[in-house]
Amino acid sequence: MFKSLAPPDYLATIDTDKCIRCKRCIQNCGWSVYSWGGDRVLIDTMKCVKCLRCYHYCPVEAIQILDNPVKFKPNAYWSYNNIRNIKKQAETGGMPLTGMGSDLPYPILFDRLLLDACQVTNPSIDPLREPMELRTYLGKKPSKVEVERGEDGELRLKTKMPPQIRLEAPFIFSPMSFGSISLNAQKVLAMAAKECGIIMNTGEGGLHEDLLPYRDHIMVQVASGRFGVNPEYLNAGVAVEIKIGQGAKPGIGGHLPGEKIPLEVAKTRMIPVGTDALSPAPQHDIYSIEDLRQLIYAIKEATNYKPVSVKIATVHNVAAIASGIVRAGADIVYLDGFRGGTGAAPTIIRDHLGIPIEHAVAAVDDRLRQEGIRNEASIVAAGGIRSSADAAKAIALGADAVAIGTAALITMGCTVCGKCYTGNCSWGITTQRPELTARLDPEVYAERLVNLIHAWAHELREILGALGINAVESLRGSRERLRGVGLDDQTLDILGVKPAGR
Amino acid sequence: MYEIDAKGMYYRKLNELVRKAVGDGEKEILLKNVNGQYYIGDGIREKVKIIIEGVPGNDLAAFMDGPTIIVKDNAQDNIGNTMNSGKVVVHGHAGDVLGYGMRGGKLHVRGDVGYRVGIHMKGLKKQIPVIISGGTAGDFLGEYMAGGILILLGLDEKRDRPLVGDYIGTGMHGGSIFIRGDVDKTRCGAEVGVMEPDDKDMKTIRECLKEFCEDFALDLEEIMKKPFKKLVPVSARPYGNLYAY
Repeated sequence: MFKSLAPPDYLATIDTDKCIRCKRCIQNCGWSVYSWGGDRVLIDTMKCVKCLRCYHYCPVEAIQILDNPVKFKPNAYWSYNNIRNIKKQAETGGMPLTGMGSDLPYPILFDRLLLDACQVTNPSIDPLREPMELRTYLGKKPSKVEVERGEDGELRLKTKMPPQIRLEAPFIFSPMSFGSISLNAQKVLAMAAKECGIIMNTGEGGLHEDLLPYRDHIMVQVASGRFGVNPEYLNAGVAVEIKIGQGAKPGIGGHLPGEKIPLEVAKTRMIPVGTDALSPAPQHDIYSIEDLRQLIYAIKEATNYKPVSVKIATVHNVAAIASGIVRAGADIVYLDGFRGGTGAAPTIIRDHLGIPIEHAVAAVDDRLRQEGIRNEASIVAAGGIRSSADAAKAIALGADAVAIGTAALITMGCTVCGKCYTGNCSWGITTQRPELTARLDPEVYAERLVNLIHAWAHELREILGALGINAVESLRGSRERLRGVGLDDQTLDILGVKPAGR
Repeated sequence: MYEIDAKGMYYRKLNELVRKAVGDGEKEILLKNVNGQYYIGDGIREKVKIIIEGVPGNDLAAFMDGPTIIVKDNAQDNIGNTMNSGKVVVHGHAGDVLGYGMRGGKLHVRGDVGYRVGIHMKGLKKQIPVIISGGTAGDFLGEYMAGGILILLGLDEKRDRPLVGDYIGTGMHGGSIFIRGDVDKTRCGAEVGVMEPDDKDMKTIRECLKEFCEDFALDLEEIMKKPFKKLVPVSARPYGNLYAY
């Protein structure tokens, strides 16, 4: 049988002396790397994706997943992936697909920005002693408010506030559709969102009825495929999001392979079982900014004026696009950066289109302030937020809140192997196979995700305290609290940030 | 019949009044002097009847789930956007992007329809959306169709544009399009097969057209005399071979 000319990425190995023939590796691997050979475990290392499930579940630590040393000769220009993709394309004529965010070594601005801290001249605040305000409201804010004194002598707000979404901390969960991830994974997100007082997003796969109890913490999404969208759906959550684009695949549509569409997913999306679920590249009823405004208000009319969010991928003129979106009536602008994740995208699109979130959020915040409309919409920054430090820096660059996708999945066991599109996720996250999804116990994993949010919230409080401020609002857009290290003048100018030392 | 004079009324006010009437239990509402107001019928779920005198604006019956809307004149773009159930009858021509993501219900247009009609219509079991046009259609008819029924009749033999445009059914992976007349295969998407309707199809067409003819006082037998062509996806997975795993 002709072997692929691309050597395997990984070598799955078992120390046969340690192996007790419990067969847990065979049972656990979603990609069928292991099989029983009568008296020992057989290994088809070509199939291994290094998800590390077998490694974690081997009771005697007999398994090692090594990066294959037999790759191509080391080459600073022709990387393993460059060569491998060419061979794979020669063999199949197809476009290589991938999952998760881009893993290429483009510059990471978060790792070139440092936050300030207070010393001597202005004191820091101890978050263990003094209250820190992390609460954030997403929504349109009026440019001024009027107060009046009521008959009881008390002051009251006279201006009618537009609808707001209340978050107990400036974190939300990124949209991940039912279909791209399992129902159990969505339950983890919903339960954690409710527990932490934040929100999750259904993505474009519709809203499964099991998630209805969490509706006060759910934003529903309307994307180009309009999957699962009916008036009940629109009114089910606290807000509606129109998905124009996604950071991992700017400008192209979505494609959920037929393998990941069993009956439940097909029912929720209203398409035939086993068909590929296609979301067209543009929304074919939005061909201009005026069309977008029309859809935003169509949704507002259908939901009695709930907040409407518009999600875009960050591309070259994201500032102008965001300005148009705000003027079109959006209450929230969701910016999905270059490093954003996905369940499936052509590798070539993921790795070469879009711009990083750091540049984008700075440019958008700047432009909206210049135009005097920054208060008309909240900005959510997403696309590779890896820690509370990334979140704090994104907020300092202008975001109201950040959205996390990959980080949330990592709490559920994900090791970012990037093979989500196969639907074989051994951790039960990006799969619909019942024997795999059963592994993801929603209660158990929701607790882990809640732990993460609480930990990040605490870290954020410490950061704020060190900065000498006691509300995350005071950090928003405060470029003065950031310094760049090893960044050129132009980038510093775009970010609106001084170099360290100045 | 509850009447609202929409003359010079901003769409937001008009729709508030319509919703209030529906909420108060009105079953038949007449809107007079309508002139381009947006979003009429948007998101309404009660089974009411709304009659529109004048030309309604874009996004008529968007996200609608139940009512019947009768338009006594032409209508504009985006009718029945993601409509879930209900019926819209237009005694005239209609515009572009009709029935985008439509999931149920019926849209009957007496005259011509524009471009990008019936994009990504979807259906499940008994919930099948139906769009019928008595005239011609522009490019991209039934693009990305995943379910539902699209019927194009071309009733007026004297027409100044072709029966149907180009790129018919591009990306189609479900549903059926029936065109009364001849269809050039080269104007269809690669995923589309042009074939003769069988007996079951003819029965479906007849059922759909019976109601259409009742709406517009047309002769069903006269219409059924001319043969139809059926357009369906020839592959459930037109893009199955696109990717390397």
